[in-house]
Amino acid sequence: MSVVRVPPVLRTEAGGAREVEASGATLRELLEDLSVRLPALGSRVYADGSIHSFVNVYVDGEDVRTRAGLDTPVRDGSTVILLPAMAGGSLTPPAAGRSRAAGPPSAAACPR
Amino acid sequence: MVAGSLLDLIGSTPLLELGTLSPPGRTIYAKLEGQNPTGSIKDRVALRMVEEAHLEPGAELLEPTSGNTGISLALVAKLKGLKLTCVMPANATPERRALLELYGATIVESPGNEGSNGAVRLAQEIAARDERYTMLFQYANEANPRAHYDGTGAEIAAELERVDALVAGLGTGGTLMGTGARLREAFPGVQVVAAEPLPGDPVMGLRSLEDGYVPPVLDVSKLDRKLLVSNAEAAAAVRVLLDREGLFAGVSAGAVVHVARRVAEELPEGAVVVCVLADGGWKYLSAPFWTGEEIDEAVLWW
Repeated sequence: MSVVRVPPVLRTEAGGAREVEASGATLRELLEDLSVRLPALGSRVYADGSIHSFVNVYVDGEDVRTRAGLDTPVRDGSTVILLPAMAGGSLTPPAAGRSRAAGPPSAAACPR
Repeated sequence: MVAGSLLDLIGSTPLLELGTLSPPGRTIYAKLEGQNPTGSIKDRVALRMVEEAHLEPGAELLEPTSGNTGISLALVAKLKGLKLTCVMPANATPERRALLELYGATIVESPGNEGSNGAVRLAQEIAARDERYTMLFQYANEANPRAHYDGTGAEIAAELERVDALVAGLGTGGTLMGTGARLREAFPGVQVVAAEPLPGDPVMGLRSLEDGYVPPVLDVSKLDRKLLVSNAEAAAAVRVLLDREGLFAGVSAGAVVHVARRVAEELPEGAVVVCVLADGGWKYLSAPFWTGEEIDEAVLWW
């Protein structure tokens, strides 16, 4: 059994809990177990066989995207942390959809 | 060294061997970015973004920022004859506001209760309706990683004969992308490792997942590892840096050094790890951090 830490933005789907339990030998198995226990939470994190692009999943402190993804092994007693994808630095930029649509207002000044 | 302009002193920062923090048989070097003119790595990014924008003297920059990037842009703007307006939340700390004003930036306040998202939104609204303004926006500006490819990374490659791992803070992703790409050319097989702060609840007040953000300059597939660092781990490492090496570094440097030690321990004997320390501790003095009290991540993580 592993502890899954739930960020505030997903706690409604976890019935208000900060932590929930799930089990599995790999992250895929664990997320499938989570989806059975808490379908609303599971579907926000993991759908159609992949992790939501705005969710980062960490097993024992390491982002699974730089490990084996859904095949990342999970030990009994591992801590799994779910976090929303956020920019670092001094600012939290606006919603990605909005900022990408609007882009930097002065296109001429920005190489992108 | 004699310089004709403070801008000529941006970059070429020293590497310090962290002898007391390196595991036996491994060597950790710290790149001291706090030695840039305004005290942070963002001087490199600000200068490069402004230069690549090819602006006429008198042009007006607008940037949502209250941190290191704003202060760096303020210096570059001043010396290039540009104007800078920073949009910042009304509840930003007085030290940062004072520094920006001393450097000559104009400040526009955004609603405090909307946090940084509100500052970005307001800056975009202002820039959209007023053509005078140019918003460089470091999160989406490829000049940001380029500054590190040509600067930070090239400097490390020129100084060291071996690098097994690079560790830097995640931030915009610019340092890791640019420095990492340059070091991969010089040292094939180098691990590029991100140290990521574990955000506290205050900065996690997103209303929905769709408010999340992955900076366009960041390509996570180019990272070999991405490790979370807790408040306590970062704080402990900052204090150890000061106690053992006399190095007064910023908060993110603590996270980076913590990860550098972990990575160095996992590498074979003889390994060399370079970590990039983004700034000094001066701008964080008012935080309760140095005395061991609870850290307010929302204030500290620039």
